[in-house]
Amino acid sequence: MSEYTERLLTGPSRKDKSERLRVIWLIIIPLIAILFQVYVPRFVGFLSYLELPLLITVHFALGRRGPISSVFYGMSIGLVQDSLSHQPIGMFGIVKTLVGYFAASVSQRFDVENPIVTFILSFFFYFFHQFFYWVLARALLGEAMIFDAQQTLLFGLLNAAVALPLFHILDKLKVAA
Amino acid sequence: MDFFLSRYRNLTVLLIVIVAQLLLIAYQVKSNKDVALIRVWAVTAVTPVEQGLELVRRYTWGFVEDYFVLLGVRSQNEKLQHENGQLKIENHYLKSELATADRAQALSVFQAHSPSKTVAARVIGNGTGANSKVVFIDRGSTSGIESGMAVVTPDGIVGKVVDAYPMASLVMLVTDPTFAAGVISQKNRVRGTLKGLGQTKCLVDYAQNEEKVDEGEWFYTSGDDRIFPRGFPVGQVTSVRNGKTFKEIYLVPSGMQGGVEEVLIMLQGVHLQIPDNETATPGYKILQAPTEAAGQIPQPTGQQSVLTTDADRLREQYKQSGEAQHKGFGEGFVAPDFTKIQGIRAATPAASNVPTPSGTQPTPSPSRDRQEAQSKPGSTAPATPGATPAKATASPPVTVTAPAIPPTPKPRPTAPILVTDPTDADPDAVPPPVPKTDKPVKPPGGGTPPSRPPSANQ
Repeated sequence: MSEYTERLLTGPSRKDKSERLRVIWLIIIPLIAILFQVYVPRFVGFLSYLELPLLITVHFALGRRGPISSVFYGMSIGLVQDSLSHQPIGMFGIVKTLVGYFAASVSQRFDVENPIVTFILSFFFYFFHQFFYWVLARALLGEAMIFDAQQTLLFGLLNAAVALPLFHILDKLKVAA
Repeated sequence: MDFFLSRYRNLTVLLIVIVAQLLLIAYQVKSNKDVALIRVWAVTAVTPVEQGLELVRRYTWGFVEDYFVLLGVRSQNEKLQHENGQLKIENHYLKSELATADRAQALSVFQAHSPSKTVAARVIGNGTGANSKVVFIDRGSTSGIESGMAVVTPDGIVGKVVDAYPMASLVMLVTDPTFAAGVISQKNRVRGTLKGLGQTKCLVDYAQNEEKVDEGEWFYTSGDDRIFPRGFPVGQVTSVRNGKTFKEIYLVPSGMQGGVEEVLIMLQGVHLQIPDNETATPGYKILQAPTEAAGQIPQPTGQQSVLTTDADRLREQYKQSGEAQHKGFGEGFVAPDFTKIQGIRAATPAASNVPTPSGTQPTPSPSRDRQEAQSKPGSTAPATPGATPAKATASPPVTVTAPAIPPTPKPRPTAPILVTDPTDADPDAVPPPVPKTDKPVKPPGGGTPPSRPPSANQ
């Protein structure tokens, strides 16, 4: 195992672990992300591929590194998303709960400060989010949803590309705890 | 249990949360009910912000968007105006082309039916000069154009060629102040001289005040000027008033209405008949004259068709009667027995229903003569402009344009036409005795028979 690989796996996830987002931002940022998802695509259609609530969940989970808090945070965002959709409440909640949990678990083993790791994790969790939602929709609701893997991979790349500057901006909002 | 929860606390929480949400979904699907509370909270939390965003967007981005939209509208307006202008030009061009095609078609039809030898030409420019009304045409001496030729259109005369160049000619329009042409009115046959005034109207000069010219009456070329053949329409009278010496008759040239674009130059003109009581472009349908059977009008037959007066008919009757009695009419001293003329016997009141011979027919009016002459085959002049001058002069006037008037039978004479009227006799001569027998009576004094029929004065 090389030194770089070892540092990726065992190094500190954040430069300053004591930096955290304020509580108000923990509320406002998901709200903005959800508003962006429900409002902006009205005028700019191609931005509907952006899953900002998912990216916010991933960012929170990677930053907090706490699975339980990330589970509840992801669940909350997912339930709000469900509330603004026509689906039964809990679909996005379950998916984002899992994403928060796994993201928090991964952040304990990888140096998520690395942009490449952030890009790969964002891409992976987007694909996981979409795929698991499709599975739940088919399994629990019996909906004949179509899962376009190619399109999902492409959108995953785009979301991962957006995640890099977004995480950088969100890190600026952190203050010392 | 505590060990399990403490060791797998995260996983336990995850499972609890997942199971709770699964139960929530199962409840919703099973009961087909919604968790209204969560939705209300979420919607209540999101929608006010959304409304605020929409309000802000409307007054910020919407304003900016409207600004850019207005910028687009301005450019679009300019583009549409440009396109509208192009379409107007194209429409005007197409209309002009259509009008040109119509005029060219009318011109070609007129040229094909006109007996005159003509050459079509197009006006290519106006002449200089403030008061002069001259135009250039695209035909010159190479096309046979010579100075002094008449320029016409199917609607009437336009002018005359004043200069012929190799490839172009200068045409003086009828509105030019120096233009003059002989004209004649259609209805009253008033002659005059058409003069241009430099305006749209022209003056017909040298028509006496005593002559009658009505407003709306048409003038035609009289052919006196040896430029315009006779019978071409000139224009319609718009105003008439008496002047000091001559009438002041103003008319609008019919050949220049709507502008002059295509014209015909008459290389060799042919005189035409002036239509009788008809305008150049009648706006009504003229019915055919009734047939002979319908009117029950006996027509003169044979060589009598050339006779036009009762005196000629009576003279012919006398001549035939004299020849039947072997006495030359107008020769010798013994007059034939006029009582043996068949027409005289037939013209009794008792025999009034018998068809009257043509020789004793009541004198028809001149117009009726024309109708009768027209109804006879071979005696009708061509109504089209293709009539040659010789035919025109030899044939009766064209009356196809006159409205057909059903001939009303005039009352037949109750007495023979050939009645010796004492007042009609020569006062110096002794009245001839009434013959009682067939024996010829020698006139007293041995005079010659009258050189003219007694009925010549009737």
